[in-house]
Parts: sequence; structure tokens; C-alpha cells
Amino acid sequence: MERFSGIFLIAGLIFFGFSVVVMAVIPYMHFVDLPVKTAEEVAPTVMEEFKDLEKRYPEAFKKAFPDGSTIKNVADALREGRDIYVAEGCWHCHSQQIRPVSNEDQRWGKISYPEEYQNELQMPQLMGTRRIGPDLIRTGGTRPNDWHVAHFWNPRDVAPVSVMPPFPWFFDKTGNPDDVPQLNRKGFAMVTYVQWLGSWLNEEDRNVE
Amino acid sequence: MNSQATEQPLIFRKLVKAHLIAGAIFLTISMFGGLFYSLALLQSYPFEGLEIFSPGRVRMVHTNLIAYGFLFNCFVGMLVWTVPRLTGNSLTSEKIGWLTFWAWQLICTLTFIGILLGYAQAVEWGETPIFVDPLVVVGAILLFIQFFPPIAKCKDKGLYVSLWYFSAGLVWVALTYLMGNYLPQFFLPGASGAAVTGLFIHDLVGLFVTPMGWGMMYYFVPIILKKPIFSHGLSLIGFWGLAFFYPLNGVHHFLYSPIPMYAQYGAVISTIAVEIVVTTVIVNFFMTLRGRGDALRTNLPIRWFFTGMVLYFLTCLQCAYQTTLSAQKIIHFSDWVVGHAHLVMFGVFSFWINGMIVYLWPKLCKKEWFSDKINSWAYWLTTIGLIIMFFDLMAAGLVQGFLWKGLVSWESSIIYSIPFWWVRTGAGILMIAGQLGLFLNMWWTSSAGKKIDSPPPASPVVPEPTPAV
Repeated sequence: MERFSGIFLIAGLIFFGFSVVVMAVIPYMHFVDLPVKTAEEVAPTVMEEFKDLEKRYPEAFKKAFPDGSTIKNVADALREGRDIYVAEGCWHCHSQQIRPVSNEDQRWGKISYPEEYQNELQMPQLMGTRRIGPDLIRTGGTRPNDWHVAHFWNPRDVAPVSVMPPFPWFFDKTGNPDDVPQLNRKGFAMVTYVQWLGSWLNEEDRNVE
Repeated sequence: MNSQATEQPLIFRKLVKAHLIAGAIFLTISMFGGLFYSLALLQSYPFEGLEIFSPGRVRMVHTNLIAYGFLFNCFVGMLVWTVPRLTGNSLTSEKIGWLTFWAWQLICTLTFIGILLGYAQAVEWGETPIFVDPLVVVGAILLFIQFFPPIAKCKDKGLYVSLWYFSAGLVWVALTYLMGNYLPQFFLPGASGAAVTGLFIHDLVGLFVTPMGWGMMYYFVPIILKKPIFSHGLSLIGFWGLAFFYPLNGVHHFLYSPIPMYAQYGAVISTIAVEIVVTTVIVNFFMTLRGRGDALRTNLPIRWFFTGMVLYFLTCLQCAYQTTLSAQKIIHFSDWVVGHAHLVMFGVFSFWINGMIVYLWPKLCKKEWFSDKINSWAYWLTTIGLIIMFFDLMAAGLVQGFLWKGLVSWESSIIYSIPFWWVRTGAGILMIAGQLGLFLNMWWTSSAGKKIDSPPPASPVVPEPTPAV
């Protein structure tokens, strides 16, 4: 018990292995039968919002997605949106998980369930451990696209007490200072991703705040 | 052993020094990252609209560099100093030591730049970009090659306690890193991935930082106090209890999530168990201090160490309470957790490292401290800052948790948090001032300190005399 080989084997390998089996492998067995969906398979529920973006910002949209609102483009937007969500550290201030306690179902909507996390956009999972801003897993479709566009440009324009940073790099500026900045591909991807969160549920199950 | 010592120095002083300097530099970057991020929460972020310094990215730099830049560097430096002394064997090679050192600085620099450029990975405390991950594994293997042979060659009947922690900790950190950075990224989505990321966050604390920290305490405290550890039996209970229960804790980061409930119950129970086990270690150290309490007043390293241990006890107590499902209803997702993280990472492990630096730096430079006064100020500023921050964030967490439960609007919960966040920024400035004082003192000591007249003892395995602090 006090020799290198014993510690290496028992503490280092066996105890660690035991913990992985009990705390990771067996929980995994519960979900092994649930199919892991691709972005294409989960894309249709946000198609309406994506088309709405195309209608509202036709020129910028054409520049970002030349072949229009196809399922493939929605799936690409979701993947890129998820990557930006990770890169900007959004997941450190916004959770994506509704707990069955603390009146969370009253505030946000339906309690989280395993199936909704079984897709490639939750690899790695983005449940989060801190809420500085609101939870986002039920936010899709509860606000119009225009709101999100204004919010990404400067959150305090629409929510004065917000402590969220602005994201001007989601927009392209033309040389002329009088022109309105236009969403770029990053911006469209981000709005699509946020509008997708929870879009697989009925409206009454989402964000009833 | 002695003949070996004359041929080549048993301890690579320059390497220890280099690791401590690198740790200090990364901690400085990280602390300023934390300060700027806290300003973002006060709507006064200095770099607003600048893509590479977006607060979300800076926040990840803050936590990530603490783990890999500061703690890792200082602990490896500590291993380079202690392992040859504890085993009587020289490390595998100085070249491997320098290779590890530069590999590690490359990893941290790439991580720093990668996160700022937007290549973070969505694993909490493993934000290290995916393309840096293989390098970390290489770094871990280099550590095996460097430290395992001297430990395995050790002829003593039983290894000293510190070496139990070091041997196990080095195995664990490699396994933990592989598990946490690869499984959720490529194989496990959703709830099963969450179980693994929970394990990763907690194993990095419990199976790397904690064993290194305790190993360090078991080495430095008896040497400075010049008396043996109180009880061998308690050391055994502490180590094996930690080894068994700590790895089972991770899922407590995702209570009330879609992870199967038995795993959540198991995590809660083993968390409470580990806190009881850890208390035995604390008892062991305080019984060792018995009769030498004056050292707290006269010896600064001992004061750092035992302040850290008191805070460690507080952490354990808090942890055993906050992990219960009833407490989680309110405090999860709130600033309470942030306060807890600062208490354990800064209040315990950074304090211990500070104590080690205060003890070791004069020996590494062979010079006296430039100023004992600055060291004393560093202690008080850091300690007061940390305690203010801890109680402030704990209170903030309770306010937030109850406001959320009470279904007031989200905006109100932000408005009520802002006074707490102001206090947090102030406390952070105190902590930064303290740490910078210590680091500047390190600099001035090595450049302008007075040379120590008597040379250190010839045989490196003999414990050094207590520094007059």
C-alpha cells in the first residue's frame, strides 16, 4: 500500500477506472438507445425563422447564403452558430438546462429531458453551470429575429440593465458611415442557433415568463 | 548517493526557478483577465467592441491559465525540488526537464492565443483548443518519464506520504485530461457527456491540484517545523479516502439534470464522504503544529500554509453542505459557486504556493528576500481580499438564488447583483495588489537581493534550516 507499484495500480488505475465505470459508463448505457441526430435532422424546426431572416434582410442574406434557405444551409448555420456560441464563451453565462426545482418550469418552460440533448450540436454538451444571463434552451421563437439582431449589435439598446457585451463583429460595415451595418454570416448563424434552441417544443412549453 | 551528488547536482535549481517565474507570469495575466471580466459585469468594460478581448473569451483565459499556466507550472517546479530530496535519486534528466518546461509554456501560450482568437473548446476548465490537446498529453508523458523512475527506484521500505500523492496525481491527471477532452467532444453527446465533463472538472481539482497540494504540505510543513507529521495512520486514511471517494464526485456539478438520478445521489454521498476524509488530513496537520503555534507569527511560509488549511476546512464544510440537493435548489447557477471556486483555488492552493515561494525563493537565488515587509503586506492584502470576495459572492449567490425562485424579473436579479459585483471587483484589486507585491519582490530579490553568506548544506537531502522570516 505504500509502494509505488501499489499506488500506481490501485489508486491510479483501479479506483479511477471504477469511478469512470460507475459515473460515466453506466449513465451512458441509459442513453445508448437514443439516436444521436445530425444538424440536418434537427434543422427543420428553425426553418421558419431562417426564411424570415431571408425575407427581412434579403441582400445581406444573399451574400451570406447564396443558395437561399435550404436545409443544408440551416444545418451549416446551426453548426457555425454553435461554434461561435462556444468561442465567445456564451455558455459560461447562459445555461441550457431547466431544472425541476426552484420554480424554473414557471420561469422558463418545460423541464429538460434527455432526448433533446441527443444531437451533434450538444457535443460537447452546453448545459452550463452559471446563469448571469437568462437560460436559453427555451428561448427559440419567443422573440422576433429583429430583436436578436438589435440585441447582438448592442444588448443595452433593448435591455438597459444588460451586462452582455456587444458583438459588432457579427455585422459588416460598408465604407459609408451613414449606412446601417448588415448582418454577416456569423450574425445569421448566431441568430439561427439561438432561435433553434427549444424550437422542437410547442409554444406553450417555451419561455412563459 | 553522495558520490552522485558531487558529479551532478541532484536538484535543478534553475528549472525550479523557471517554473515559478512562468507560474507568476501566467497568474498575473490571469488575474488581470479576471479583473477585466468583473468590470464587464459592471457595464464598464475597457475593451468594449474589441473582438479578441471580448469578455467571454477573457473569462476563459482567466480560469484556464489558473489551472494550466499557474498551478501546473508551480506544482511541476515543486516536484523538481522535492522528488529528488524525498527519494535520494536524481530526476531522469535535466534535458527532459527543460523540454517539459518549454513544451508547457508553448501549450499555455497557444491556449492563451487560441482562446482569444476564438478556438476555445466547450469543456469547462478544458477550454484548451482541440489542436493543443495532443500536446498536453505529450507533456503529461514527459512528466511520467521525468518523475516516475526516481520514485520507482526508491529503496525505502515504504514511500513517504508526499510521494503517494505525487505518483497517483500524475497518473490521474493524464487519464483525466484524456477522458474530459476527448469523450464529450467526439463520442458522448448531451447527458452522458455532461456526466463526463462533470467528472473532468472535479477530477482536475481533486485528482491533480489537491494531491499535488497535499504532497507539497506533507513535505514542507515538517521540514520547516523540524518535527515529524503527527500520525502515519491519519496520513493513510487521508490518502486512500481521497483516492477512492474523490473520483466519484464529479456528477455533483450537474444535479437535477437529465443524468440518471442514482449517479447524482452517489455523487452527493461521496462528496460528503470525501469532506470527512479530508478533515482527517487537516487534523493531522494541526496536531503537527501543536506546541509550535508561535511559528504562525514568526514564520511566514507556515502562516501561508496554515491559513490555507483553515480555508480548506471552510471549503470542505461548505462543500459538504452545498452539494446536498436541497442547497442546490437555490445556489446552483449563482455566484455562490464562483465564490466557492475562488475560495478553493485561490484561498487554498495559491496560498500554499505563495508559502512555498516565500520559503524557496531565497534558496533558489541564494539571496535574502529583498523586503520582508512586502511579503507581509502581500499576505495581508491577499488574505483580506480573498475573504471579502468569498463572503460577498456567497451572499450574492443567496440573493440571486432566492430572487430567481421568487420569479422576479431577470433584470431585477441583475440590478440586485451589481452592488455585490462592485465589492467583488474591489476585493479582486486587493488580491491582485498582494500577488503583484510578492512577484515584484521575487524580481527584486533575484536582481538586487543581498547574497546569503553561508553556503547551503553540501548534501542536498538534508533538510535546510528554517528561513528567518
